[in-house]
Amino acid sequence: MSGSGDARGIDAGHLSKIGEMDLRVRALESVLVDKGYVDPAALDELIDTYETRIGPRNGARVVARAWVDASYRDWLLSDATAAIAWLGYIGRQSEHMIAVQNTPQRHNLVVCTLCSCYPWAVLGLPPTWYKSAPYRSRAVRDPRGVLAEFGVTLPPDTDIRVWDSTAEVRYLVVPMRPVGSEDLNEEELAALVTRDSMIGTGLPRTPQAVDA
Amino acid sequence: MSSDDYVTRADLGGQLGHGPILLDSEHEPWHAAWESRVFALQLSMGAAGVWNLDMTRAARETLPDYDQRSYYEIWFGALLKQLEERGLVFADEVAAGRSLHPPRALPRVVHARDVPTLQARGAPTERLATKGPRFAVGQRVRTIAGPIPHHTRLPRYAQGKPAVIERMHGMHVFADANARGQGEHPQWLYTVVFRGTQLWPDAEPGLTVSIDAWEPYLEAA
Repeated sequence: MSGSGDARGIDAGHLSKIGEMDLRVRALESVLVDKGYVDPAALDELIDTYETRIGPRNGARVVARAWVDASYRDWLLSDATAAIAWLGYIGRQSEHMIAVQNTPQRHNLVVCTLCSCYPWAVLGLPPTWYKSAPYRSRAVRDPRGVLAEFGVTLPPDTDIRVWDSTAEVRYLVVPMRPVGSEDLNEEELAALVTRDSMIGTGLPRTPQAVDA
Repeated sequence: MSSDDYVTRADLGGQLGHGPILLDSEHEPWHAAWESRVFALQLSMGAAGVWNLDMTRAARETLPDYDQRSYYEIWFGALLKQLEERGLVFADEVAAGRSLHPPRALPRVVHARDVPTLQARGAPTERLATKGPRFAVGQRVRTIAGPIPHHTRLPRYAQGKPAVIERMHGMHVFADANARGQGEHPQWLYTVVFRGTQLWPDAEPGLTVSIDAWEPYLEAA
């Protein structure tokens, strides 16, 4: 993925706002614990789950399996919820999954224009840009322009399909297997699969790029 | 809030002028510790059985300063609003940082041992089909015209437009009803696809855009 930088534009004003939010959130948590509405150990457990156990490597393993196993790929494309659960990835914000496959004719891009719907169990929590107004507003209208900002240029004759996640169905893009990856095993292939390639805003790494 | 007043500030599809996309790195779920606490507080209170996710989305999208807030500031604002609206927490308590009024009984409190199960189960929205679908794959339809004066998952850009039914997902909890406390009212859910050129004056020719639309959003074309 090209591009980097801090999305938050930290300055003195922002830092004081972070300090203020920190205090307000601590105060609310104290009230909720005091009242017995929340269990601090449960909060820690929830945070730990998303910091250590759920993330885009899950989705990468799904994609790599689809690349090496045609029958798994067919299952994934016809019943993604079951095929993904079979690899052990289930749960919140991935209860109803659809996998969509990129081809030379069609590139798929996923967005949630209304909020930030995202398949947590396979990709983890969404990146900030996915939740922010610039991406949500333009992905459905000028996806090729959006892709350019991610450093992705598609052939002009590749049509773009945008999936706006407006209900509780969640989408996983299955990118095309990179040229030159024929000799790689499943684990090596998974290392080529980036988070953005499974949203549609990126392409998988090439074996050459990984070696470099 | 009366329906006449309902204004969502989250319906951004197609808007111009929001500037460039600011990219961030792959492995950073949170930018500050308080964000992770807000995340966990919301998930924990969301599982308490007091409100549902559609109500939470409505609470977020109607925050008056939605566009001035960072993502987890939106979550925090909506969480506080939902707690205060239901008399679970009072402003003087948040100011004091401790309980000043008797707690109310919650249907459930999430403990650490519940987290793996809650996580694995999630909150599926599909329900047993109680009637047949009105539309079939391949059928031409038209989305209903707005304005829609309550929480809805039919984006403005996709209102009053011709579309084709592409997939069927069974019957699902209807967000528009569930958000308003009217119950689940499951409806058939479809992926419907629009030609980009019928959504935008400046769309490139091959663009298609789909949404997931509950049956009440659709009319036969």
